[in-house]
Parts: sequence; C-alpha cells; structure tokens
Amino acid sequence: MDISADLAQIAEEIKGYARESGLDFFETIFEIVDYRQMNEIASLGGFPTRYPHWQFGMEYEYMQKSYTYGLHKIYEMVINNDPCYAYLFDGNHLVDQKLVIAHVFAHCDFFKNNLFFANTNRKMVDEMANHAARVTRYAERFGHDTVENFLDRCLSVDNLIDIHSLSIRRRPTERPSVLAEEQPFKPTPTRFESLKAYLDPFINPPEVLRAEQERQEQEARDQERHFPAKPEQDVLQFLIEHAPLANWQRDILSMVREEAYYFAPQAQTKIMNEGWATFWHSRIMTEKALTDAELIDFADHHSSTVHALPNQLNPYKLGVELFRDIEERWNRGQFGKEYDECEDLDARRRWDRQLGLGLAKIFEVRRIYNDINFIDAFLTPEFCRKHQLFVYAYNERNNEYEISDREFKSVKEQILTQLTNYGNPFIFVEEGNYQNRGELLLRHQHEGMDLRTDHARDVLENLSTIWTRPVHLSTVVDGKPKLLSFVEGGYQEKEL
Amino acid sequence: MILNIESDHARFKEILRGKVKQDLRKYITRGELIGRRGKELVSIPIPSIEIPRFRFDIRRQKGVGQGDGEIGTSLGPAEEDGHGKAGDAEGQHILEVEMTLDELAEMLGEELELPHVLPKGKMNITSEKEKYTGIRQSGPESLRHFKRTYRAALRRQIISGAYNFTTPLIIPVREDKRYRSWKSTHSPESNAIIIYIMDVSGSMGDEQKEIVRTEAFWIDTWLRHQYHGLESQYIIHDAVAHVVDEQDFYHTRESGGTMISSAYTLCNALIDRQFPPIDWNIYVFHFSDGDNWEGDDTAKCLKLLEEDLLPKCNLFCYGQVESVYGSGEFIEALHGRFTSDERLVTSEIENPDAIYDSIKKFLGKGK
Repeated sequence: MDISADLAQIAEEIKGYARESGLDFFETIFEIVDYRQMNEIASLGGFPTRYPHWQFGMEYEYMQKSYTYGLHKIYEMVINNDPCYAYLFDGNHLVDQKLVIAHVFAHCDFFKNNLFFANTNRKMVDEMANHAARVTRYAERFGHDTVENFLDRCLSVDNLIDIHSLSIRRRPTERPSVLAEEQPFKPTPTRFESLKAYLDPFINPPEVLRAEQERQEQEARDQERHFPAKPEQDVLQFLIEHAPLANWQRDILSMVREEAYYFAPQAQTKIMNEGWATFWHSRIMTEKALTDAELIDFADHHSSTVHALPNQLNPYKLGVELFRDIEERWNRGQFGKEYDECEDLDARRRWDRQLGLGLAKIFEVRRIYNDINFIDAFLTPEFCRKHQLFVYAYNERNNEYEISDREFKSVKEQILTQLTNYGNPFIFVEEGNYQNRGELLLRHQHEGMDLRTDHARDVLENLSTIWTRPVHLSTVVDGKPKLLSFVEGGYQEKEL
Repeated sequence: MILNIESDHARFKEILRGKVKQDLRKYITRGELIGRRGKELVSIPIPSIEIPRFRFDIRRQKGVGQGDGEIGTSLGPAEEDGHGKAGDAEGQHILEVEMTLDELAEMLGEELELPHVLPKGKMNITSEKEKYTGIRQSGPESLRHFKRTYRAALRRQIISGAYNFTTPLIIPVREDKRYRSWKSTHSPESNAIIIYIMDVSGSMGDEQKEIVRTEAFWIDTWLRHQYHGLESQYIIHDAVAHVVDEQDFYHTRESGGTMISSAYTLCNALIDRQFPPIDWNIYVFHFSDGDNWEGDDTAKCLKLLEEDLLPKCNLFCYGQVESVYGSGEFIEALHGRFTSDERLVTSEIENPDAIYDSIKKFLGKGK
C-alpha cells in the first residue's frame, strides 16, 4: 500500500535532511504494510516475489509465531535495488516511522556507494520475479516435486561461492580459441632486457633459461592432468560448467548462484551497514527531525536497537560506535604515525589537532571498506576497553559459557575469525576427475574450526546427485585429516 | 488479501506432515495422545528441518560479547546440545505440527496399508437414501412432474382467460413447471460393535497396561475413523469379568488370578443380549499376558471360542503382552487349536515398539 500523504510529507522532509547531510541514495519508494505482509516480505528475503519454495514458508511460519508471541517486530525492510524499495510497518508510531525513514535513507546510501555492492544487480526486484516465473514454468513442465528436489540440492550448496569474484576476475572470460588449443603449449621463460648483446649470457644465463623452461613445462603438464587447473572456490560456477545437467537444471543452478552473489555483500557488510544507518538515523533525528514531545519515545526505540548483549555482538551497536569513534578520532587527528607512536596515555587521550576530518573520513570508510577490514583497521584497544568487549568460551566443567579473555588482540582475532568469508568455511573444488574416475574432490581449508559432520554428510549426498558421481571432501575432524565421501553405497569417512 | 507466501507455507506444512508420517511409529506409541477424540487438534513436536550446508560446528565455540564482568564470569549455561549461545548462531527452532486425530488415523491407515474394513452385510454402517418428498419450481427436466405442471398451466390459462374449452390446448410456460424434489436420509444399515477385553489380573503391570491402552486407543481411533456410529464395550477380567466404561477399562488394577473363560462367557452373553450377530458386525479384541489359571479353564475358553464367539464375530483378535510373571501359554493353546481359522488373529506384543506391527496384524485382514 502507498504511504499516506502525511507520511509522504515527513519522508520528503527527512529526505531533505539526509541530502543535506551528504547522503547520496537511489530514489526510494516507501510502502506501508501490515504485519503479515511484513513477515511475508521478510521471509522472502526482502522481495515481493521469489521462486516457490518451502523454505520461505518455513521462515514465514517462524515469523508468524514469533510475532504472535511478541518476540520480534520488524520496523522496516529495505531492498538494494534502483529504485530502492522500503517497507514500513503500519503499526509503527509516528516517531518510529521518522526514525526508520532516516534509517532507510542511510541504508540506501550505503547500497549505492559501498564498493562491495558495486557489482550487484540493481534491478534485482525484476530479476527475482523473472527467476520466480522461470522456476514456476519448469515446475509445470517437469513436475513440482522434481524441481523442488533439485532446488533443495542447489540451495544446499549456495554458500559455496567466491565472494570476491564479483570484483576480481580470477580467470579469462574468453575461452581460448580452438586453434590455440590444438597448438601444443610452448612455455617461454621471461628474458630480461640486456642493453648490450655481450651481456646477454650473463643477464639471461642459458642454463637458467633452460631450467626455467623445464619447470614451466612440468607445471603445464601437471596442470593438464588437473581439472580444474587451479582450485576453484566458486563451486557453483564449476558445477554449472561441468556437471552433467539438463538445461533447466543448469538454469536453476545459475539462478541460485546469482541470488547468492546478490545477497553476499549484505552478509559481508552487516556491521557497517547497520552501523551506518544507525549513525545517521540518530544524527538526523536528534539534530533535525525530532520534536520535543517525541524525544522520550525516540530514545526508547533507539536504545532498544543498540543495546549490548552479553553473549552476542549487536551489529547495530558495534557499527554505530565504531563510526562515531572514527569520526571523533579523525576530527581530533588521533591517527597517523605520530599518534600511534605516542606512548603517553594521557597525551593520547587529550590529543586534539582540530583537524575536523571526521565526516569526510566516515564517508570514505563507508565507500571502500567491508566488515573485515573495517574491524581490522578501526577496532582499537581504547575502543575495546571503552565498550567492554570480551571473548567468551565454553567451560566443560560446569557446562557454561564464561568470559575468558579481555585482551584486545584476542577480541579482535575472534571477531575477524567470525567474519572471515562471511562466516562460511572455505571450500574449494580440488579435482573434478578424482582418481581418474570422474569423481569430485572438494577441499575444506581448515582454519581451526571443524565442520558439522551431519550437515557435511547431507551436503555431500546432495552434491553427488548433482554431480552424478561420488563426491569427496577432505577436511579435518578433531585434529585428524579426514576424507568424507558419498559414494554409491552411502556415506563413508576415512582418515587420510 | 491472499499473500504470495501462502503457497510456500502450505507446501511447508505438507512437508511437516510427511515428516510425521515417516516417524509415525514413534509418535503413536506416545501415551499423551490417548483420550483425545476425532476432530481434536493434537500438536506433535518434530525436529526442525533445514537445508544442510557446509557450516562450522559452532558448538562449544568461542565468541565475542559486550558488558561487565570479570574473567570467569558466567554467561549462563549452554543449552543441551550446545547450540544457541555461541556467536551469531541461529537459534534452534522447534516445529510443531497440528493435526486432528482423524488425520493421524488416516495416516496410520496409509502407513500400515490397512485395508478399508468391510463389514458383513451392507457396505456402510450408515447409508444414504434419497426419497422424493416434495415439489419445487426448478429442477432438471428429467424430474418434471407432469401432472402438477399440467395443473399449474391449466389454472393459469383459466385465470387469464386464455383457456378455450373447445380446443383445450394447454401450453405450459416456465413458471408452470413443477419438479420433484428429494431429501436424503441417513439410515443405519448395519451396526458395528467393538468389544475390548483386558486382563487386569495381578500379573499385568503398569507397563503392560500402557501397551494395551495405546494399542486399543489406536484401533479404536482407526475403526471410528472408518465408521460413524461405532459402539464400544469394555470388559475387564481377573478371575471374574465385568463390563465397565472406558475410564475404568484403562485405569482399573485388580490383583486376582486369571480366568479367561469368565470374560469369554460374559462377552458371549453380552453379544446374545445386546448385539445379535444378524444385525451387528462384531469385533473382539482381547489383551492378556496369557497366563491363565489352570489347564481346565483354557480348554473351556477354546470351546467357548469355537462354538460361540468365533461364529458370531467378524474378527476375534488376541494380543498377548509380555509380562515378567506368568507363562504366556494361552497364545500357544490358541495356535494349537485354530491354526487356519481366519476369524482369529493373534499377535505378541513384547514392547511398545511392537504395537505398530501388532495393529497391522490385527487390522490388516480387512474383515
């Protein structure tokens, strides 16, 4: 439903404030929805139309239950799209609406300007609707159960993507021509330029050249035997290209992959995105939009957004405090070599060069950082102390979680670990012709945390139906390297 | 307004029902469903379903939090399976499926491949009969009432003066037409009675009673689902037998000896008095631990069965529960005498898990 004229006027007013503050956003279309519609949109990942699948129904069930029991309430949803669609809950008070409208504009600015969103499809609402239409068509043609089954399998591997491949070209997009393939590969070692001909044997000694040539030929031979030539992190792409799929299956897998890449930047920038939106709603409200009478309600709502949790990091809280901290530090010049080397704590605290660079800095940060390098670059020991961050660990003796460490280094390491690869394990396609039997070998790059083996088993089973041949995963379980396999007979584990 | 999500939601619920069906064996042995009736909703908790993905085992893992507290301060106990606390892990959801008992019985029937039970005589307990009872002004032409239509047309023509008795031509228009109308009536065609007999002698412990209770409950539910207007009678016995109500049937505990013949005699009398086999489909389920008092009594039972009960019943089922006391010889005596008689079905129920198969054995014949 369209928003009322009153609300439209308020949105217009806040849009003005947001523009004055320097926010730069897509055109934003507000709609007002009731709780059922809100829950529906939220279960569909923010979109009005998705392909038919029970997982959305499951989400909806949870949302409805949890809303009924008063466990959650969604104030707004906003979609990274041009134009940006924002859904406001019709049960919000006016002051809440003001707050979330300001919040929405900041999100929208973030979507538009953050580097990690640069390659996302800005017409995703349309694209999602297209996906829905295609999946429905396949379901009608090939059978609902068949298509649903296949979708289940695809969704089971939808986190096996290479999040950076949107921005980095890992391999040539053009395939080598047929002619080029027929000619035997002749590696030529690099020759260094020699100004004088008589110096050449010294600058490019023949035996070194020969050795280099042999090494390269050997490498080429090794690579030929390997398929893919290099470990491939974009498992979905690999499957699309090499799994023996029917055209409709390949199309569905491509859709799942496309959607996974669309959502990945949001998972990569959760702390920053929420922090940024909270920073701006708070600033716009307190400095411009708020009337005196609304102050208490605003404070109440705002504080419930940024409350700190003992056993979980609140991305809103962490994000907004970091942005504020950065603004203050760059305003006062608390950065750079001189500041970093200053060991006098008191001097550091009172450090103020009156630079006034804060605002410019946070705009830069919102443009070029994601959560990982955001935390890496701006989480300081002072911040950590001030905000009482700690690491907790499980204590076996009493079956409880306990605070285990307040050291800056451990806290930072722990946060970064959790954010690495947006919280997903690194899985590579190692070999597409494993044991020369057309089997698929994946490798889990173990970085300290084991995989859930019950899930891993089911994923391997799903993969084996996509690949149609046995599938293996090399990983580490309880410190021992293991090969988990799903072969025709069933699931197997063996030590490597 | 119909939401897009409804179809996904409906599909999800369908999947949940599928899950219940898969594990039906487990759910039907749960005691707490007992005592519910047909249309009542029962909610069945089932483990959450999720799409498997390669993900970290976050159980017992470290995480980052914020707030006061010394090192060593507890943040609260880990949950049973260790989930839910650490990091930004998604919470474990518990799903509940709500369904009616009838649906469960239907599922049970499908899973056990129980045939639709065919009672002797007419197909259904109640049958629908159509009777032409009245007249109305609309209906199919095949049911047009000629006489009434003619009369109405005649009357109209006379009133309007269009009737010419020299050429008595009657032309009915649509308003004149009259049709027969009917009423459907449900009339009982044949009746069914289930007689449950349970041994409540001292050797039947709580566990045995629970098994009997559960099995009787599901048999009752399934048969009720099949027929409307089903009657039940309950008989308990130790050395003497009584007709009791449902409540007492499940909760009485006596401590006497066992004379199965007492129950059979009472059952026979009950049938003769209230449920003549000509009018009734009779099903008897007898549960016991099979430890009869003495040899004489068993012989008496077999005679009663052979001469009176079996000829009168559609089906006589004997379920023997395993008991720590007692010999459990009765079932062997039955086997010895009635090996090839299709009217008698026996089943041994060693533990709650065997209920499922026992029900199949009892009802699988479709008598």
